[in-house]
Amino acid sequence: MTARLPANILIGAVLVALVAGAAVLSAVWTPYPYAAIDVANKFAAPSATHWLGTDQLGRDLVSQLMAAAGNSMTVAVVAVGIGCSVGTVLGLLAAARGGWVEEIIMRLSDLGFAFPALLFAIMLAAAFGPSLSMVVIAIAFINIPTFARVSRAAANQIWRREYVFAARAAGMSSFAISRDHVLPNIAAPVIVQATIEFAVAILVEAALSYLGLGAQPPAPSWGRMLAEAQTLMYLAPQLAIWPGMCIVTAVLGFGLLGDGLRDISDPRLARQRSA
Amino acid sequence: MSYFLARRIAGFLLTLFVVSIVVFAVMNVLPGDPALTILGLDSTEEARAALRGRLGLDEPVVQRYLAWIGGALHGDLGQSYSFDVPVSGLIAERLPLTLSLAVSGMALTIGLALTMGLTAAARHGRAGDWAIMLLSQLGIAVPAFWLSMLLVLLFAVKLRWLPPGGFPGWGDPVAAARSLVLPTVALALVQSAVLARVTRSAALEVMRQDFVRTARATGFAPRHVLWRHVLPNALVPIVTIVGLQFAGLVTGTIVIENVFYLPGLGRLLFQSIANRDLITVQALVMLFAAIVVTANFLVDIAYVVIDPRLRAQRA
Repeated sequence: MTARLPANILIGAVLVALVAGAAVLSAVWTPYPYAAIDVANKFAAPSATHWLGTDQLGRDLVSQLMAAAGNSMTVAVVAVGIGCSVGTVLGLLAAARGGWVEEIIMRLSDLGFAFPALLFAIMLAAAFGPSLSMVVIAIAFINIPTFARVSRAAANQIWRREYVFAARAAGMSSFAISRDHVLPNIAAPVIVQATIEFAVAILVEAALSYLGLGAQPPAPSWGRMLAEAQTLMYLAPQLAIWPGMCIVTAVLGFGLLGDGLRDISDPRLARQRSA
Repeated sequence: MSYFLARRIAGFLLTLFVVSIVVFAVMNVLPGDPALTILGLDSTEEARAALRGRLGLDEPVVQRYLAWIGGALHGDLGQSYSFDVPVSGLIAERLPLTLSLAVSGMALTIGLALTMGLTAAARHGRAGDWAIMLLSQLGIAVPAFWLSMLLVLLFAVKLRWLPPGGFPGWGDPVAAARSLVLPTVALALVQSAVLARVTRSAALEVMRQDFVRTARATGFAPRHVLWRHVLPNALVPIVTIVGLQFAGLVTGTIVIENVFYLPGLGRLLFQSIANRDLITVQALVMLFAAIVVTANFLVDIAYVVIDPRLRAQRA
């Protein structure tokens, strides 16, 4: 018997698969090279040769959107990956050690909440110059406190379980207990959080690239495509539609997936939310 | 109560202090030579040395930090390198616009979100509830800057009802207000999506309680029960998110001002980054972070005002 998956997980998974699929595919194939300029063919309407038409330089829109998906997903995977790993290790350490170690880690993570991701990224871009790696660092950094909190809260509960007491009595070190018993049991909330943070990362990358602080030309990015489209709003309003749709698809997909996974991993919460 | 307040105030001041250190460190210590950043790679060593002297960069870091923070406490944020005027003057000039945008955005967010959230809660499980929740799920996923562009496309390019951007100044209040309509709506639509969801679930939680049933049984109109009995008791989670959202809204203005070419603090921040005006950037980043920290602090205090039970617990 297969349990019926909630609608939000299904829809979320389909949307994520769509974006992730385009991202992976773009690494090996796009209809045209995304930066190939063909001025004679500029502002072409959607057709069999250019499915969504071309932009002001005659570049194929579909190819650009696909390559941008690759860019966006890479930023999200690397940034959330770093933030999640470092944050979870800190959270595990806080829970394992307690006392002043926990206090310091948690107070420092409070500090992270004083800097919205966008502001932090702007500060880094101003100090070090705008680039995609600055965006990755900023998003990763801002994610550390979030994951430290989530993993510490979950880990503290595991540390009170009897099998952990047993492991301790058997002489296992706190490191080994954290690795073998705590980490596998806090994976669910951490994965849920990561899915949600993916959505945030994609939004922040898009906003920063839109502002000119993220992906630099000719690197493709949905945010930068929108910035270029804005100057052509009267001439070619259609250019302002597709990149935005891509951002919404990706963010909505990860958001729905994260919500759905959270409901599954914490049924009490699901009851509360749907009540 | 006073112990709780004192603790919170101490925590607030400590956070501000540490935030100022982080901002100062990122802007001053890590990137190497600020004079090089400001003047560019093709500058001469003499020019850089002269600028370092002017900016006081030859002094020890701790001394420079103390000078910066001491000046800031007295309203002196240094001299803007690119505008060649005091940074505090630049900020004072642009603050009203950003503040109006943030406050009107917040007001519209709260109005929209409470109406949507309570309506959804009252129609729980029915079509209206689903429609509102679907809309808010979508609203969370739409980047504010893209929504702005769509609004411009519709209301400025197609219908020509409102200006696509720019700001005529406060001299003509009607024109000024008109140019703030689209930015405010763009900010509020996205933010109210989150708040509407929180309002809905908080209201549903309260609606199950006995006093709500009693109020209904007494014969109060459903709308009266919703706004007078349910809402006040659902305020704690709502206020938490409002506080967080004010922070989001303030950073949101940075983006929105750039979409609509509004000469506020966000636009100033970008001009300063483009001009490599690190002194102005540093002051503005600190200001934005301070606003966020203050908003979080006020939320903490607001809990106690809203919920008398917390007051008793924390006394």
